[in-house]
Amino acid sequence: MTFLTPEENGHVTSLWGKVDVEKVGGEALGRLLVVYPWTQRFFESFGDLSSPSAIMGNPKVKAHGKKVLSAFSEGLHHLDNLKGTFAQLSELHCDKLHVDPQNFTLLGNVLVIVLAEHFGNAFSPPVQAAFQKVVTGVANALAHKYH
Amino acid sequence: MSLTKTERAIIVSMWGKISTQADTIGTETLERLFLSYPQTKTYFPHFDLHAGSAQLRAHGSKVVAAVGDAVKSIDNIAGALAKLSELHAYILRVDPVNFKLLSHCLLVTVAARFPADFTAEAHAAWDKFMSVVSSVLTEKYR
Repeated sequence: MTFLTPEENGHVTSLWGKVDVEKVGGEALGRLLVVYPWTQRFFESFGDLSSPSAIMGNPKVKAHGKKVLSAFSEGLHHLDNLKGTFAQLSELHCDKLHVDPQNFTLLGNVLVIVLAEHFGNAFSPPVQAAFQKVVTGVANALAHKYH
Repeated sequence: MSLTKTERAIIVSMWGKISTQADTIGTETLERLFLSYPQTKTYFPHFDLHAGSAQLRAHGSKVVAAVGDAVKSIDNIAGALAKLSELHAYILRVDPVNFKLLSHCLLVTVAARFPADFTAEAHAAWDKFMSVVSSVLTEKYR
C-alpha cells in the first residue's frame, strides 16, 4: 500500500515546491524552542536562547533549522520508503543525540503550523491532512531504529 | 502551569480579531480535525460531517464560543468551564488525547487566517492557553 493517495501526493508536491526550506526550517525550529522551551535542552551550545526574539533571530538556530528541513525535504522524495531513507538519521538521533522521539512529533506539528501561517487558505484542510500523514511518517521513521 | 500576564494580554487582544470570524473558524477547525484525524469522527456517529453541514457549523460555533468564554474569564478558566468540565467527564468522556488534536487544529486555523498576528510568542501563548483549557476539561475524569 502506498503511503499517500495520488491526491495527497499532489497536495504535498505542489505546496512543497513553493517552500523556502531555509526560511521555513529556521522558523519551525525556532518556534519549537519558543513554544516548548524544554526542547532547548538539546541546544545548549547555541548561544542566546533567552527570549522569543533571541531564539528566532539566532543564526545557529536558523542554520540548524535549514539542516533539519533539508533532510525532511529529501524524505519527501522517498515517501514509500521513509524507514529506509531515515535509518541512519534514526540511529544518530538515538545513539549520539539521545533525542526522545516525542520531539519529532512536536517539531512535525510546529512545521504544520508554520506552513499554515505561510500559505493561509492554500493550506486547506485536505492539504493539512496530507502533511499530517507525512510528518507522522517521518517521525515514525526517525524513531524506527531506536533501541 | 498558569498563564503569565503577557500571555493573557496576547490571548485577549487576539481574541478581538478571532471572534469576528468565530463561526467559520469553528467550522474550519472541525473540518481539519476530522480530515487529519479521522478517528475523531467516532464521537459523532449522529452527525452529518460533510463540508457545509448545518450540524458541523453549529457544533463549530459551540466549540469556539466555549473557547471565547475561557478567554473572557481568562483569570478563572476553571470557573468559566466548570459545567463543560463535568459534561466531558461524565457524559461525553472524550479520550483526553483528542484535546491536543483539536487544539492543534484550532491553532492551524488561526495561523492560516491571522499570519501577521501569529508570531512565535503568540503561538506559544495560544498553545499554553489551549493546554490549560484542555486540563480544565479533563480535570474531573478520574
